Amino acid sequence: MITAYALDIALGCFGLALILNLIRLATAPSLTDRILAVDTMTVNIIAIIVLTGLGSGSVLNLDAAILFALTGFVSTVAFCKYLLRGSIIE
Amino acid sequence: MTLLADYAIAALLVLGGAFGLIGSFGLLKLKDPMQRLHAPTKATTIGVGAALVASALDLVMLGQGVTWQGVLVAVFLFLTAPLSALYLAKTNLARNIDRKSLPPTGTKADWATFKTAAK
Amino acid sequence: MLRRLFPHPYLSLTLALCWVLLSNSVSLGTLVLALILATAIPLFTSPWWPGRPRIKRPFAFAAYAALVLWDVIVANFHVARIILFMPRDKIRSAWVTVPLDLKSPEAISLLAGTITMTPGTLTADFSADGRALLVHALHAPDPKALCAEIKSRYESRLKRIME
Repeated sequence: MITAYALDIALGCFGLALILNLIRLATAPSLTDRILAVDTMTVNIIAIIVLTGLGSGSVLNLDAAILFALTGFVSTVAFCKYLLRGSIIE
Repeated sequence: MTLLADYAIAALLVLGGAFGLIGSFGLLKLKDPMQRLHAPTKATTIGVGAALVASALDLVMLGQGVTWQGVLVAVFLFLTAPLSALYLAKTNLARNIDRKSLPPTGTKADWATFKTAAK
Repeated sequence: MLRRLFPHPYLSLTLALCWVLLSNSVSLGTLVLALILATAIPLFTSPWWPGRPRIKRPFAFAAYAALVLWDVIVANFHVARIILFMPRDKIRSAWVTVPLDLKSPEAISLLAGTITMTPGTLTADFSADGRALLVHALHAPDPKALCAEIKSRYESRLKRIME
């Protein structure tokens, strides 16, 4: 019972965090801030996926979370490397 | 026993949500680009970590056994957070920060980012 | 023969373990595929793994991991307090140069990762010859003390474990 309330609170927090990230993405002063905002969004989305899985009691969501974690990290590094060196694969 | 686990899961969920929110709030509040890097790498990672521990606990209580995928996600996030932070910091150094505002290395060679930029 | 087939035993073990954990079941098919992955991936990526990292004291390493995990949790409350309650102008960020005693690249990258995850500090760059780290501190009124703490708390332990 108490977990249901706590789950709602946590989902609300991460949803609000996503909105804050979107605001940051729109108003970011520099390109690196935008990459950082997207990276944070990925992590927050992983949290939301995991919490939805907790609510429905299914383990399938965790596979989606793994995929998000992998692609989020690779995309962040790829963006940075492109800005640093001008190419991604050397 | 189940009641205790329920309270633990609830506490972890609220704590994780709070940390996720604080991390994203810090991204908006802090004024310096380097300061902004601090908030998401730490707060958000621990937020997701708490959510993952809560989900693992919940699945154990439901009688589904230990789900190792959740552990993998947590380990993976923990290992990659410093790396993406390092790359973001290097990009930030190369694009937005003046070399003169940094301290000397104390050795003969310069900081790696500026060495490749000069080449 | 065995050495040629598994040039990096720890890497192979980690890969096999990851695969079994990913499929979340222990069946014959899973184990066979894990064995194939554990052989193929280190062989195909061997040009990028010149050295072989050594951990001299596995138990000390486990203790170090526990210490870091605890510090990460403490660090988060610390950083959360700074973000929430400290006015913007009061936050005094500082760049700190940390000279390194460590020599092996694996130990240095472990130290860099530890610094990033723990109290209000973040590794921003390495010196080109790998003898110093550039650390950014979120709120450090006393940079010298911070440098000393990093060296005594983390680096000395890593030096004992890895070198």
